[in-house]
Amino acid sequence: MPLDPHSIRADFPILKRQSSSGAPLAFLDNAASAQRPQVVIDAISDCYQRYYANVHRGIHTLSEESTAAYEAARETTRQFVGARSQSEIVFAAGTTAAINTVAHSWGGSHLSAGDVVLLTIAEHHANIVPWHQLAARTGCRVEFIPLGDDFTIDDAVVQDKLQTLQPKLFSFVSSSNVLGTNFPVARWTRMAHAAGATVLVDAAQGAPHQAIDVQQWDADFVVFSGHKVCGPTGIGVLYGKEALLDAMPPFLGGGGMIDRVTTEGFSPTGLPEKFEAGTPPITEAIGLAAAMRYLQSVGLEAIEAHEHLLCQAADTALRNIEGVEILGPTPDKKGGIVSFTVDGVHAHDIAQWLDTRGVAVRAGHHCAMPLHESLGKTASARASFYLYNTPEEVDRLIEAVKEARDKFARGGRRRRRRNPSPA
Amino acid sequence: MPNEQDIYEEHVLDHYEDPYHRGELATATHADEGKNPLCGDVIHVMLRLGRDGKIEEAWFDGEGCVISQASASMLIEAIEGKTVEEAKEFTANQMLELFGPQLTPNRQKCCLLSWRVLQSALHAPLEDADDDDAGPSFGGPSLSEES
Ligand SMILES: Cc1ncc(COP(=O)(O)O)c(C=O)c1O
Repeated sequence: MPLDPHSIRADFPILKRQSSSGAPLAFLDNAASAQRPQVVIDAISDCYQRYYANVHRGIHTLSEESTAAYEAARETTRQFVGARSQSEIVFAAGTTAAINTVAHSWGGSHLSAGDVVLLTIAEHHANIVPWHQLAARTGCRVEFIPLGDDFTIDDAVVQDKLQTLQPKLFSFVSSSNVLGTNFPVARWTRMAHAAGATVLVDAAQGAPHQAIDVQQWDADFVVFSGHKVCGPTGIGVLYGKEALLDAMPPFLGGGGMIDRVTTEGFSPTGLPEKFEAGTPPITEAIGLAAAMRYLQSVGLEAIEAHEHLLCQAADTALRNIEGVEILGPTPDKKGGIVSFTVDGVHAHDIAQWLDTRGVAVRAGHHCAMPLHESLGKTASARASFYLYNTPEEVDRLIEAVKEARDKFARGGRRRRRRNPSPA
Repeated sequence: MPNEQDIYEEHVLDHYEDPYHRGELATATHADEGKNPLCGDVIHVMLRLGRDGKIEEAWFDGEGCVISQASASMLIEAIEGKTVEEAKEFTANQMLELFGPQLTPNRQKCCLLSWRVLQSALHAPLEDADDDDAGPSFGGPSLSEES
């Protein structure tokens, strides 16, 4: 059943506000971070108001209740991604922290000089920089798969890179945060495994918009952030196959991740706590679980279909504006993201102008500098949709982009001679 | 409450579309270039400094958003004819005032790019500056008079 964004909007208090110009808010910056429904806000404040205490350690009522809620959140997450066991669900601070954990722990113990980490050119900096850092530590090499002319990557190109480079790790986005391109995760994982590579999937832009099934993907690691799935900031998920996680050394050391500590050393505890040193993001996990339940109650398939309609409308209308170039494939190959440039107009001026119309978009390189460089662009504007966006908001986006083009494209406005005042 | 719409007031767009001294200054004695890596704005400032410590001519070139380019035009227009000392004393706050419309901290970076480049250009003599005025000055006859 198609979802009704107008009734969904009632669940998100922030959507009632206006932008600083007084125009009603059309929030189209969801790829950067989504908004939260009331149920998530309530779950967090309920914890703080009724039963908050540190988890795992205390032998008292509040700690036991908090621990139960924290571990229930792990179970909700396990179901959300389809993992076999709760041991495979590690709460990290976000996608970035999760990738860094894999780079340090798995990378540090499995990669050495000359080994190859294979990425696509469409990666977010979060899936590039930790590998550059690992390369500096171990002497391994980071290689990139280029983009095809249609903003996708052909299987044959992936196959060729896997064969010629024999990477130890293939790490890629399930959906690009700039192009919106959906990559074939299960197929690439199969190809990578056949070539002997371990696979990490950056699902930061996948988890919010499609039902994830880690069994069907069969990837070794899958990571995503809470704040993009309507959950809190400061929490993310690191899924890893149990045998892999089990064999990995801990990354951060401290309380909560140990079995025993002596003056001579320590022995780590088991999964998943081994990777959760320190006081974990307790209320954040509880809020995240509420967000996942909310998304599932709406239905991830309905969400995906809804975004697809908005994306198609925006993509088509933008392509019809003279001077607009879309960075990304046709809507059938992407999720709810439309990045674009307007000839002669800087992306920041587009975003600033759109804000005067209440339309919030992102402008810049979107933490994907290598991608922009490969496309010969310094910056782009990006509209990204979510379950609460409406067709009317797409119309407002299009109108405002046309205005910005007319206002800023040199020659679009009647040129006035200034009389430079004499010094 | 600043309204973003006002950022693009006529005065700003005039400078953007019809900038003051945008182009190359072949006789530059001092020049520098700077970038805003986050937005990709680039500004190149070229100056011809006279022996009397005056900025005889100032030009800029660059690429980027309206604010970075319009503010560069305003700055170049304002400092031409001033002394080097006066230009060095021109503060970031004065630059923001010169621009006019109120800017959020993120956009202030765009506005201050040309100001930053100007300040470094004042300290960046071109090695092959063929303008003799740029050469070190001695108490006696200038070196150029011998050739
Ligand atoms: C594809 C992708 N990977 C990684 C990240 C980083 O996520 P976080 O900042 O939550 O760690 C983002 C979000 O900006 C993203 O879009």
